[in-house]
Amino acid sequence: MIRVILPQHLRTLARVEGEVQVEVQGPVTQRSVLDAIEARFPVLCGTMRDHVTFKRRPFIRFFACQEDWSHEAPDSPLPEAVATGTEPFMVIGAIAGG
Amino acid sequence: MKMKKSKGRLTDSKTRRHSNRMTINAHPPALKSAGMASGLSSVRVLVGTRKGAFILESDGKREKWNVNGPHFAGWEIYHMKGSPADPNRIYVSQTSGWFGQLIRRSSDGGKTWETPGGEKVPQPGDFPSGQSNKFVYDTTPETGKPLTTHQWYDGTQHPWEFKRVWHLEPSITDPDTAYAGIEDAAIFRTTNGGHTWHELAGLRGHGTGPKWQPGAGGLCLHTILIDPSDPGRIYVAISAAGAFRTDDGGMTWKPINQGLRSKYIPDPTAEIGHCVHRIALNKARPNVLFMQKHWDVMRSDNAGDMWHEVSGNLPTDFGFVIDVHAHEPETVYVVPIKSDGEHFPMDGKLRVYRSRTGGNEWEALTKGLPQRDCYVNVLRDAMAVDQLDSCGIYFGTTGGQVYASADAGDTWEPIVRDLPAVLSVEVQTLQ
Repeated sequence: MIRVILPQHLRTLARVEGEVQVEVQGPVTQRSVLDAIEARFPVLCGTMRDHVTFKRRPFIRFFACQEDWSHEAPDSPLPEAVATGTEPFMVIGAIAGG
Repeated sequence: MKMKKSKGRLTDSKTRRHSNRMTINAHPPALKSAGMASGLSSVRVLVGTRKGAFILESDGKREKWNVNGPHFAGWEIYHMKGSPADPNRIYVSQTSGWFGQLIRRSSDGGKTWETPGGEKVPQPGDFPSGQSNKFVYDTTPETGKPLTTHQWYDGTQHPWEFKRVWHLEPSITDPDTAYAGIEDAAIFRTTNGGHTWHELAGLRGHGTGPKWQPGAGGLCLHTILIDPSDPGRIYVAISAAGAFRTDDGGMTWKPINQGLRSKYIPDPTAEIGHCVHRIALNKARPNVLFMQKHWDVMRSDNAGDMWHEVSGNLPTDFGFVIDVHAHEPETVYVVPIKSDGEHFPMDGKLRVYRSRTGGNEWEALTKGLPQRDCYVNVLRDAMAVDQLDSCGIYFGTTGGQVYASADAGDTWEPIVRDLPAVLSVEVQTLQ
């Protein structure tokens, strides 16, 4: 199971509290994790990445194991600790304001 | 002090032209259409704000209000509107700079909300899930070829990019059909209650699309009006392209900007390029349109084929909202804003102006509205009228106040004072 931490607004939309867990078949990558989240919670389609291009929305970031994976290729393997469920895959709403 | 614009400057109104003023007696007397008895009805005011939605409810007297919300707390609610065919069906445009667009829907008058298609697909072959916020421009070879770009601020061509839904207009007859006006400007339609949306590409494809360019608020299609006597006739307005009309349910469109004069564009009478802020009509006389343009209050007596100015004695004719009395087609409301550079009322006085003559002759309505130190704005979708016998008028401000008048504007009361900035106000009159 892959552990995923969603930002508060997306947890509200998906009607979940705390972490969510999804199962991923094959390589654990940003794309496969997001595919699994969207399949389980269709309401989240389009909120993290574009419907058509699948590009990450500009103010969304992906963190794992204290590193920013936002600019990595979507098919790059995520850290082993994420694949084994030791560490969560974090979807972050970029901090903005003033 | 009366202020008027001239080539971007404010000048004394006495210097203004009046050659295109209408003759007031040229119009038939106000048509009294049947209203709803105040004692048997109630109203539901739908308020979209920068940080959520609120529902304000009252009986027909409109004296005591229940304020319900925030719904969708923290999200921008550009617009929410109820279906005329089923008042329990309410559509909501919910947006966020972080998470993009969502379409929400209620089937019980706002008690609960759902995302059409947002739940798990129960059976293969059902609606494709999670597509209610999927607004994809038509790029089919037949209609997509001329639709690839529009004009950008620097004069270059720019790809069409979906940003958000500004306005949702439910069908008059079918609660599962609604239209969406989006940025970058296009009109979409759903016929399955918001599960999926498809562009009516004839609007962008009619020929002038590549010349459209954004106003300061973006290239947004913000106004959709359906002719109640002919659902195939739809009006839309785009900032800053102008007004357009279809007479065949959205297949083909044409610009309807003749008579508009905009000094801020190279050709002031160009076919397109006018920054139309809002259009309104009375259901009993749908061929008569009133427009609040960037500057100028305009009127058309032939479904937009020709416009003439009816700003008359307004202290300034810049503004965003405009609406028409539910039962008096010649009674029109605007909220003058000082200028395009200063988006607040003149002299710190919040005043609604009413014309009972279809324009040109305007009176200030001030009772109950702040008459000092008021520097809020009233945005284009933030005024609405109810259908009760004594017509109620409602508007919201960027300061978070929602004002209501139960006597057609003679007196005003704030329903609420401290909401987030109000983006839109709609009202449902319920039996």
